[in-house]
Amino acid sequence: MDIRNRIAKRAAEYFKAGDVVNLGVGIPGMCSDYAVPGVMFHTENGFIGVGPAATGVQKVEAFSNASSTEFVPVFGSCAFDSAESFAIVRSGRLAATVLGGLQIAENGDLANWTRPGGKFGMGGAMDLVNGVRKVIVAMELCAKNGSPKIVKDCSYPLTGKRCVNHVVTEQCVIDVTPQGLLLVEVLDGLSPEDIQRQVEPRLIVSSSLKQMER
Amino acid sequence: MDDKTLIARRVALELKDGDLVNLGIGLPTMVAQYLPPGIDVSFQSENGIVGMQALPAGVSPSADLTDAGGAPIGALPGAFAFDSAMSFGLIRGGHLDITVLGGLQVDELGQLANWMVPGKMVPGMGGAMDLVSGAKRVIVAMTHTAKGAPKILKRCTLPLTSIRSVDLIVTEMAVIRTTPEGLVLSEVAPGVSVDQVLAATQAHLIVPDDVSVMAVAA
Amino acid sequence: MIGGFMGCGSPHGLIDELVRQGKKDLTVIANDTARPGVGIGKLISAKLVKKVVASHIGTNPETQAQMIAGSLEVDLVPQGTLAERVRAAGFGLGAIVTPTGVGTVVEDGKRTIDIDGRTFLVELPISADFALVNAKRADYRGNLSYAFTARNFNPLIAMAAEVVIAEAEDIVPVGAIDPDSVVTPHVVVDYLVPQEKKNG
Repeated sequence: MDIRNRIAKRAAEYFKAGDVVNLGVGIPGMCSDYAVPGVMFHTENGFIGVGPAATGVQKVEAFSNASSTEFVPVFGSCAFDSAESFAIVRSGRLAATVLGGLQIAENGDLANWTRPGGKFGMGGAMDLVNGVRKVIVAMELCAKNGSPKIVKDCSYPLTGKRCVNHVVTEQCVIDVTPQGLLLVEVLDGLSPEDIQRQVEPRLIVSSSLKQMER
Repeated sequence: MDDKTLIARRVALELKDGDLVNLGIGLPTMVAQYLPPGIDVSFQSENGIVGMQALPAGVSPSADLTDAGGAPIGALPGAFAFDSAMSFGLIRGGHLDITVLGGLQVDELGQLANWMVPGKMVPGMGGAMDLVSGAKRVIVAMTHTAKGAPKILKRCTLPLTSIRSVDLIVTEMAVIRTTPEGLVLSEVAPGVSVDQVLAATQAHLIVPDDVSVMAVAA
Repeated sequence: MIGGFMGCGSPHGLIDELVRQGKKDLTVIANDTARPGVGIGKLISAKLVKKVVASHIGTNPETQAQMIAGSLEVDLVPQGTLAERVRAAGFGLGAIVTPTGVGTVVEDGKRTIDIDGRTFLVELPISADFALVNAKRADYRGNLSYAFTARNFNPLIAMAAEVVIAEAEDIVPVGAIDPDSVVTPHVVVDYLVPQEKKNG
């Protein structure tokens, strides 16, 4: 399994049947392929019941997700306006959201919407990290140039303060706890020290450290 | 013509084609019966419908379709049903052209008291505070006096519905406009003299030279 | 204000007409600026916009290029906050308070309020001179209903602008839309424009 699918598959393990979940674009969007049956997907442009990507004649513009990809709605889906969509987000009705990350701080701060100077827009990310019950960041452990993305303090503009619950990368799974960052899983063949070398803050190694499947 | 019918017929002349109108319970509701011909208005009921009409004869009432007083109503073609947030969004958001309400007291500042009598009648303000604060035009339709006592006072003694001035007061004796200068007597009912109106009113009324006789809708 | 999310649910005919007439110096309040040549992106491509209030412009490089060149001002608002600020204007509320954006750049210059130990931002209403709405169905009075994810900001902007122009795919007789299916009431709609049918 490639790195991106490995991350998506592991992040999807946080979903339970009955959950309504919002997925960001990129790796997070791939989580739906690995979710247990009974999970429904919310898209912030106004729909619960997002199904698989539409192909051919299935493509209908009025069934588009937030990245304007047409999808096939699942049975029992519903449509609503943008205010109601974010009322659902902020009021804690969503069990989980999976987002990408640029930087995550030791205290759970997340920066994922822009680099300094860049300005693409936060879209719905700031609302999602404030209201969803479980915020999961699915990303590669380090930036393309090898610099750490898990840092002591975020230098990039924040998306939200102390909002991240779990970080899933291709090498490890980290929980954000009041005591600090807790290393709970390490990829088969790697050691906690291998992970520690690639992150800035001191990691607490879980007493029940698990092995992450390749 | 009884007093209430007279008031309702006069208020009906205030409605303009295309208006969205909210009528309070009781006397104000009667206004809908006297809509001048050729005037097409939409009536809102704050419990969640635009396009209500009186229950047509021979139509059986539906428990799912009532006015704000719980009485069965009908819905016209093109009606629209909605939740309470949308209902008061229409009211506060400046989309409601006219509201017609009953009144217990109105004072020289044009302020209305119509929702409670301390110690006696405390039904709650319902939607009245939103209606008076939010509608583009507020018309009070009420009898001029209560058991002989004036209802148009220097200052309201009952708790206010809103600090906003209403726009027009229509009674069985007179039509009174609110202005920055004070209350202006603009019309008197047929057979009623200016002096009789002044005698039945505690508030100071500005009496212009051209007080006309109240016109009413057929 | 213009409805639509990445072009889905945007009033394409009205946008094309703005481009045709060359209406300049527009301030556009919308979720996004779609892509170059798509939906609101057409207004950007035609350089008709001087300011954008949106939650996201990352999908339209032209918006970014004009912003960097200094010819386009961009005000970014979190999507849920944008929806509620528009709703507040349309519903006559003086402000809304939201936890979204606390501790971020969105907080800069804004009042905060603490309620039950939580910090909220005080966000002010956003209204506009015109709302350009896209609807699935309209009756001749202007009652509107929407289709699926093409609904998005449309019902909200329809409440929050001085003049509301709705473009509808189907215009049907009064009474043909069930009162329970109407989402935007005719009382807020000023003009109705039929959407040009695509061939096939």
